[in-house]
Amino acid sequence: MERNCRLGIRSSAFASVILIFEVLAVALFLRGFFPVPVKSSLSKIRQDLPIEPLSGGSPNSSHVPQPLFKRVVIMLVDALREDFVFGANGRTYMPYTRHLVERGSTLSYVSKARIPTVTMPRIKALTTGSIPGFIDMVMNLNSPALLEDNLIWQAKTAGKKMIFYGDETWVRLFPKHFIEYDGTISFVSDYTEVDNNVTRHLDSTLKRDDWDILILHYLGLDHIGHISGPHSSMIQPKLMEMDDILKKIHGALISKEAEGSLPYLLVLCADHGMSETGSHGGSSEPEVNTPLVLISPAFKRKVGMEKPDEIEQVDLTPTLALSLGLPISQNSVGHVIPSVFEESSLRDQLRFVHLNGHQLSCLLKDSISDYAKEAGFEQYRVAEKAHGSWMKRYLEGNASEVLTNMGKKVLKQYLEALSSMSSALSKQLGKYDLYSMIAGMVFVFQLLLVLLLAMPEALSSSAAVDLPVMSALLSLPFYLLCLLLASVHVLVCTSAESSCYFCSLSWGLVFAAIALTSAMSCLLLSLTTRRLPLGLKLPGKVSCISSSEWSLSELDVLLLAGTAGHTLSLAASSFVEEEHQTWYFLLSTLCLAVFQDVCRKYFREKGDAGGDEEEFVLPYKENAKEEIYSEKWLALATPPFVLLCCRLLRSLNQTGVQWAHLPDLGHWLNSSEHKVVLSLLSALCLVFIYFLIQRRCSLVSKVALALGLLGVYSYRAAVGNVLFPWQHSGRNMSKGTVEARFVYVFVLGILFTGTKDLLRSQIITADGKLKNRGLWEIYSGLVFLVSLLFRPHNLPVLCSCLLIQTLLAQFIWKKLHYDAAQTTIMHYWFGQAFFYFQGNSNSISTVDISVWFVGFDNYVEAPAIFLTALSTYAGPLLWACHLVCYLSSDINRSPVAMGHGCYCLALLRSVPAAAYIVLVTVLRYHLFIWSVFSPKLLYEAMHLLLTAGVCLVFNTVEQSRTSSAA
Amino acid sequence: MWDHEIRAMASTHAIIAASMLMATVVPAALVPGFSVYGTHLLWIYSVSGAVAAVSVAIFWLLGISPPTRKHTLGYKLSRLFRSCLYFFLSCMFFHIVVVLYGAPLIDSALETFSLAVLLSSLTTLRCLCVLGPNVQAWIRVFSRHGAMSVWDTCLQITVALTVLGAWMGAFPIPLDWNRPWQVWPISCSLGAVFGYLSGLVVAPTWIHYHRKQLTYKCK
Ligand SMILES: [Zn+2]
Ligand SMILES: [Zn+2]
Repeated sequence: MERNCRLGIRSSAFASVILIFEVLAVALFLRGFFPVPVKSSLSKIRQDLPIEPLSGGSPNSSHVPQPLFKRVVIMLVDALREDFVFGANGRTYMPYTRHLVERGSTLSYVSKARIPTVTMPRIKALTTGSIPGFIDMVMNLNSPALLEDNLIWQAKTAGKKMIFYGDETWVRLFPKHFIEYDGTISFVSDYTEVDNNVTRHLDSTLKRDDWDILILHYLGLDHIGHISGPHSSMIQPKLMEMDDILKKIHGALISKEAEGSLPYLLVLCADHGMSETGSHGGSSEPEVNTPLVLISPAFKRKVGMEKPDEIEQVDLTPTLALSLGLPISQNSVGHVIPSVFEESSLRDQLRFVHLNGHQLSCLLKDSISDYAKEAGFEQYRVAEKAHGSWMKRYLEGNASEVLTNMGKKVLKQYLEALSSMSSALSKQLGKYDLYSMIAGMVFVFQLLLVLLLAMPEALSSSAAVDLPVMSALLSLPFYLLCLLLASVHVLVCTSAESSCYFCSLSWGLVFAAIALTSAMSCLLLSLTTRRLPLGLKLPGKVSCISSSEWSLSELDVLLLAGTAGHTLSLAASSFVEEEHQTWYFLLSTLCLAVFQDVCRKYFREKGDAGGDEEEFVLPYKENAKEEIYSEKWLALATPPFVLLCCRLLRSLNQTGVQWAHLPDLGHWLNSSEHKVVLSLLSALCLVFIYFLIQRRCSLVSKVALALGLLGVYSYRAAVGNVLFPWQHSGRNMSKGTVEARFVYVFVLGILFTGTKDLLRSQIITADGKLKNRGLWEIYSGLVFLVSLLFRPHNLPVLCSCLLIQTLLAQFIWKKLHYDAAQTTIMHYWFGQAFFYFQGNSNSISTVDISVWFVGFDNYVEAPAIFLTALSTYAGPLLWACHLVCYLSSDINRSPVAMGHGCYCLALLRSVPAAAYIVLVTVLRYHLFIWSVFSPKLLYEAMHLLLTAGVCLVFNTVEQSRTSSAA
Repeated sequence: MWDHEIRAMASTHAIIAASMLMATVVPAALVPGFSVYGTHLLWIYSVSGAVAAVSVAIFWLLGISPPTRKHTLGYKLSRLFRSCLYFFLSCMFFHIVVVLYGAPLIDSALETFSLAVLLSSLTTLRCLCVLGPNVQAWIRVFSRHGAMSVWDTCLQITVALTVLGAWMGAFPIPLDWNRPWQVWPISCSLGAVFGYLSGLVVAPTWIHYHRKQLTYKCK
């Protein structure tokens, strides 16, 4: 074997490189999976109205029905749930609205929002009538102007004068569309000012006559939901306020109404609902169901509460367009709400549904290649023909009962055609760029296979991987593969009719990718051939491997089976939704298995088995024996204690879907009556955190930590989450920017000292102690930052994280001689469980966006993304960082432990990520792909990225270790 | 001698399995409205009672239980008392473990405790029958190479499979199928019973096929 022509790479470097490439491959996959929707832009909009069907007559009678309404006021209350109006509490929450719903001339519906139930996609859906893709949610943060055909644009082109007050998103989406506007910036912790900013314009605007459409978007309710959930005491006053505003608008509209002119229309609607935890984004019933109340004298008066019908949210768009006499937006997939037009003449009604049908059939033609086979399209054709003959009789002056019945039949046909076309279109939305997806998948799997094949070497005592890179690059198959793949690429890209991201890449990048995958294939080939004859050449090594395989302990079996089982469980949507249950279950079992190991160690029968353990052989002094005695009981108590901790933590935040509505400690603590308890608890936790992390820090850092943790508490007090003991009455809520920045200074200080120690230990003195102190200081800084970002009720999570780490490190991992691989897997499991303990789930709605404003007055992109990622992944990240510190500080450990740990971490992350990518590809037409599997895919990708970062840290720390050892 | 023991074991297990079947079938005929899902707790009690009664009777008749050193009535009573105490403690232990695994603390405490009773009567009771109320012996049997007789190995296998069955029974609970057997604790108790039954089958078979390798230290 020629060693010099191979590349010997340390395990950690190898793992980091593989992970980085994996991140790139996953990014390619994601780009294919979430294609940016290409739609017709504003510039090329057809304006030709279809002529009214008339069989056998002159085709000149292009009768456009009169608009139904003169003025429209749209009152959009963000996150207004359906049951806030129609539910049992509706009478107390919104008495006036409820009265109108029950007795007024109104139409009420439960309008179903599509996922993602996030504000901007919903505004887009309401105005364009189309269903924006999943990627819209990811791009929710920086919304550029809406370039699609939409209702607002149509109204502006038709010369309607519009006024807008409310969420600034509208102003960004529709620049220069409104004659007057006031956009308020969404700021989560404020829920009075945002609404007052809207309401203060109301009186003057309602008196004026110079507008046609008034849009109001109230954000306060949504913010209250984010802060304290749908059952908080703040909800009712806010809803009463909304009710009063509606009453005021309604009164003003009634007083303005003139005899003879067209009536007004007042729309009360919501962009999305609010989940039981108070956030939104997912697909649970309370998030999806929103109320839609149309108030106008044009409707029939109600005589009592009826159960509101269910409609799609996008149905409002064509309805509004037609009733205002505007063309329906091209991409709209909704169909008109027939009851709105009930009072107009049959001819007009038919004309309205015909216009809608025409628009939908055009969209169907554009988006589906074999549109003629669609049932809805056929129905529409038939209805249009019937419409034509009806028109003929109608124009002949035939006004009998028969004609009315026939017209009603045509209307019914139309409506059926509309709803089936509408559903066909909704299904059509979301096409996949399969070529990019497959390319990404192939890359990921090649990398994973290389990682797996290198396992025996990466986990060997030298922790270095021999990669025959040079021989792979210089071999003939490599060049042949390159050529083959390049030709395949050209073939696919020239034949594909749809746009494909991988084809639109520049040639240099594509060629690099092709070269990489060919090299990987050759590498795989040579690695496989090296593995196969190994059994013949190195019998000693193989026997050692096989013996280690045979002597798997129960713990090893559990760790392997658990990892594999979790990966497999991701195929079921319920297991993805309830992934936290999997991890809690595995973690409990792990604790019991560890408990059994501890019992075995300390309770083995002295006579026969204890002899081979050095602890029992070595003679001890009296006090040492006593120490061992107490240590024994502490070690025995640790796993049950951890188990208990985990049980308490899991009742802190109910997450997932099925049991998310159950009461949990977090809600109890956050309710306003228990503010004192919350304050005491968070203060206690901060003190505990201080004592747990200060041990390994230098004196300066200790002082900085103490001051900083005080700052954390005063930040929470300033924001209004907790109470200061000396500040009972004067509650002046601020944004706490000063306090948060004060903490940031200390965090940066501690991180800086840690980094300095680390660098000094590497460059100037090869001092292991200094280096460890540096590492622990960086870890402390991280913990400290997380304590600032966590909500106060989550501080126990952080506290018990540190406690469990300390206990396990002290009594379990060291004492029971768990090797680096076992320790890594345990760290990973704990990290995953803590991800869910802190209240996360696999739905986007649990991402805590209030951290954007910790220390910032308004939204700044880079820190906002960083802080969100940090606070969301705090659990896994802290455990991974603890792993780095623990493996590096344990002096008794073999120097390759770091490499083994890094390799295991990379493998643990790659296996589920790769498996999940395949699963998502296979299940891409699954019913829950958007609501369940896609958010999880984003979580997996983000986690992979973070793990790559941690592996890089591993790599640097280990590098310094080897260099200082040399 | 070994063949004899294995045969005894197999017939014992057959009787126990039959008693469990009877405990399911007989009440269904006698009690109106009895079903495994509908009146689950009743089923649990019936099965636990049957297993307990039959195991105690058989092991006492076969004389596998360790011989009592003293034959005084007081000693026997104290043994009986300790056995009951251990049984109750094991119920508590299982209950606590199940709660730590995530079962609701207050809401369905009765269901959880019933599961604990079932698990105890499938595992602890057998230990009590075979080993007597002797913690040292229990620890010995459940440490790594602690089996000293065929019955010890059999005990290890059945206990492990019962616990494993109950453990695996928890898997389908999060699935959104809304089946009657997904209700807590039905899947777990079913899992435990199936695990126990498979243990009854596996233990004699395994011992039969491994009788050459099995070597026990003398007591
Ligand atoms: Zn919203
Ligand atoms: Zn919101």
